[in-house]
Amino acid sequence: MNVFMTQTLNGLGLGSIYALIALGYSMVYGIVKLINFAHGDIIMVGGYVVLLMMVTMGLPLWMAVIGSVLFCALAGVLIERIAYRRLLNHGAPRISLLITAIGVSIFLQNLFQLIFGSDAKSVPQMFAFPPIAIGSLQIASSTIINIVVSVLMMIGLHLLVNKSRMGKAMRATSEDAGAAMLMGINTNHTVAFTFAVGSALAAVGAVLYCNTYPQLKPVMGNLLGLKAFVAAVLGGIGSIPGAMLGGYILGVAESWTKSYISSNLTDAVVFGILIVVLLLKPTGLLGKNVKEKV
Amino acid sequence: MKNSHKKAAASYAVNLVLVLLLFAALYFLVSSGTVNRYYADLISLVCINVTLAVSLNLVTGVLGQLVLGHAGFMLVGAYACALFTKSSALPISVSFPIGLVLAGLMSAVFGVVIGVPALRLRGDYLAIITLGFGEIIRVVANNLKITGGAMGLSGIQAIANRKNPAGMLPYAFFIAAAAIFISFAFARSRHGRAVIAIREDEIAAEASGINTTYYKLLAFVLAAFIAGVAGGLYAHHLGVIDPAKYDFNRSVEILIMVVLGGMGSITGSVISASVLTVLPEALRSFSNYRMLAYSIVLICVMLFRPTGLLGKYEFSLSGTVARFTGKKKPAAAGGVKGGGAQ
Amino acid sequence: MSKAVLKADHLGITFGGLKAVTDFNAEIGEHELVGLIGPNGAGKTTIFNLLTGVYQPTEGSVYLDGKSMAGKKPHQMVKAGIARTFQNIRLFKDMTVIENVKVAFNQHMKYSVFGGMLRLPSFWKEEDGIDGKARELLRVFNMEDLAQNTAKNLPYGQQRKLEIARALATGAKVLLLDEPAAGMNPTETMELMNAIATIRERFGISIILIEHDMSLVMKICERIIVIDYGQIIATGTPAEVANNPKVIGAYLGE
Repeated sequence: MNVFMTQTLNGLGLGSIYALIALGYSMVYGIVKLINFAHGDIIMVGGYVVLLMMVTMGLPLWMAVIGSVLFCALAGVLIERIAYRRLLNHGAPRISLLITAIGVSIFLQNLFQLIFGSDAKSVPQMFAFPPIAIGSLQIASSTIINIVVSVLMMIGLHLLVNKSRMGKAMRATSEDAGAAMLMGINTNHTVAFTFAVGSALAAVGAVLYCNTYPQLKPVMGNLLGLKAFVAAVLGGIGSIPGAMLGGYILGVAESWTKSYISSNLTDAVVFGILIVVLLLKPTGLLGKNVKEKV
Repeated sequence: MKNSHKKAAASYAVNLVLVLLLFAALYFLVSSGTVNRYYADLISLVCINVTLAVSLNLVTGVLGQLVLGHAGFMLVGAYACALFTKSSALPISVSFPIGLVLAGLMSAVFGVVIGVPALRLRGDYLAIITLGFGEIIRVVANNLKITGGAMGLSGIQAIANRKNPAGMLPYAFFIAAAAIFISFAFARSRHGRAVIAIREDEIAAEASGINTTYYKLLAFVLAAFIAGVAGGLYAHHLGVIDPAKYDFNRSVEILIMVVLGGMGSITGSVISASVLTVLPEALRSFSNYRMLAYSIVLICVMLFRPTGLLGKYEFSLSGTVARFTGKKKPAAAGGVKGGGAQ
Repeated sequence: MSKAVLKADHLGITFGGLKAVTDFNAEIGEHELVGLIGPNGAGKTTIFNLLTGVYQPTEGSVYLDGKSMAGKKPHQMVKAGIARTFQNIRLFKDMTVIENVKVAFNQHMKYSVFGGMLRLPSFWKEEDGIDGKARELLRVFNMEDLAQNTAKNLPYGQQRKLEIARALATGAKVLLLDEPAAGMNPTETMELMNAIATIRERFGISIILIEHDMSLVMKICERIIVIDYGQIIATGTPAEVANNPKVIGAYLGE
């Protein structure tokens, strides 16, 4: 029982990271219908920025975290402006947009490989307090931090989307960009803002990731991004609670597979769950069903 | 025989002669040692990638559905072919062609098994589910005994060797040529027309009596078959199968070839597959910057030519000749859009 | 009225508790031209969707030549002999005019996938035959010269006609036209009505027509079915329907 609880909690901790990254995928998809394959690499960027500020520049942790969040938000906006906006505004085929996103992903990975080398870099310890013991159950500090931060972020995002003026603009743009524009919403700004928020969340995810698995590699965004994306689809892309739910399910499933089946098969299980969910409910667990009208 | 048939027959004959001439030239270059082993391998690799791109174009270009797991079919074909030739007592010149057919068939079976559930979804969701299937194939291959686990399969008999550097060329070349011809012919048959109609408007296609489920699956399975054959070629080209090489990134690589060339344009797929195979090799000395440059070029092409370099344009030899001799209006000669028995 | 080709028997459909169509009964005779009219949102297109298999009815069923069409998918309905056009034109935009028509001939063609891919004689023979038939059909609509044009480049009126030609190419016995004259100017409308009359004569088919232009419906339809709130409120000859107080009420919004 103890093993089971520990594995479940570990899974939730990992799932929190997926969830934070999934939120970015989900928001961007919701508003511009783009699977932003470069999003996974933003995590990598965020990780390296933290490392650079903490180790090379010797800044305190809180500054490094804020710096990383700001840097990623800016990077997200720049990527949208340079690589996507032209295609978005010209109604280009969606697949072109997807290939562009893949191009950005390849660019970021190779750029960071050039700058930092392709070897893994280890990250010094960030937040550390001793593990908490509940009875005989030991909970690692990183697990608690991950879960708490991800829940806080989701609540914040929920408030932002549902209560703020910008959130209203985001929802309107995602519903019907043309109509939103006619209502006087600056859709370009709204899209840029969405990228900024999504990328900032990815940076938070990066910090949590580094704190949990203290290693950085230029290609780390690939699999991490893919998994987080799966989480977003699983929960229902475009839905904030869905992204969180998908992230947790994925994290727990991975953790269970690792301890009860085989660590080699985690990816197969992850994608297997994805396939089953998509076949049973094509729009994801919490997604809305849309049917084409004849 | 009608006039149009004569024209078509003449055009096929001209193309066939050109293909044979091209083959003869390449074969001479390789077998005589005019180009070294490295270039000989590169030529075969170009052919394999052309075959892959052309096969994916059937689904992404002609059917208009995004698939992100094409490397999975390649992997199935690679194992099917290599396991057969390894276990077979037949001489390799017999077992390899049989292995290639098996590779295609096995991959087509996977195409049916995956396609039936997956093709119920559309657009991005289809892309994601094929991504999932592709990754599962790879992970499972990584963990089975018969496939050699994570170590992969090695000791696969190479078709080209020191004694016979041109051994692989006929297979790779003619399979690529056949893949090109078949997809041209398919796109311009009643079946291809039905598939294109589904791309244009699925509801209208259904209302025109097209069994959309069947035709989507047909295009998907045909693409899987060809990709499987290409996988078999690739396994014997390298002599080893490393499952890690057939991941999502490989699928993306093939997809980029198709989209960059122009979705739906077979000519575009052929050209961009060739260029994208040769160019990285040519830029080997700039290894650090080459992927960076590649990504920038990719982004720029998409930004300024969102429909790919050639769009839906198809090169047609007879059309080009007619244009130069002024017999035909250029508009009718070049831009073949959907079909028409040619 | 001659023998019924198409019969709707107590047809009904419910969307999440909302009854969109209830108890729709109708018989369409051979060679008959019937108008289906009603205010906006009355359920006309929904009835078309039920008759063509896009929606499966929650009650009742559709019969074609006395055979139940229950559970058939749209493409099977087409094969059985019911074809349609759409309110918002749905053409294969990037295909040529003649290709659009040829797609609909597909279900009558036989050569195999291999015959097509390997260009066997069966391919050439059938493709030639279909080419001739498609051209012939386009000639009926005076569109033969446009055969090689891309569908999306056609003027609006021609696009509507092409959609009808495509539906005819399926070899249907019953043709369902969903607002074929929508967005057309009076000249185009007149031309279209003549074309509809011609094809009915020539192909001996039955037609059901949804149309908003009342004067037009009154002029060409032999029988009119009026629906409101998903139910039939009147049927009869144009003259009968025009004087029916329920119909007048529905249109004036009482």
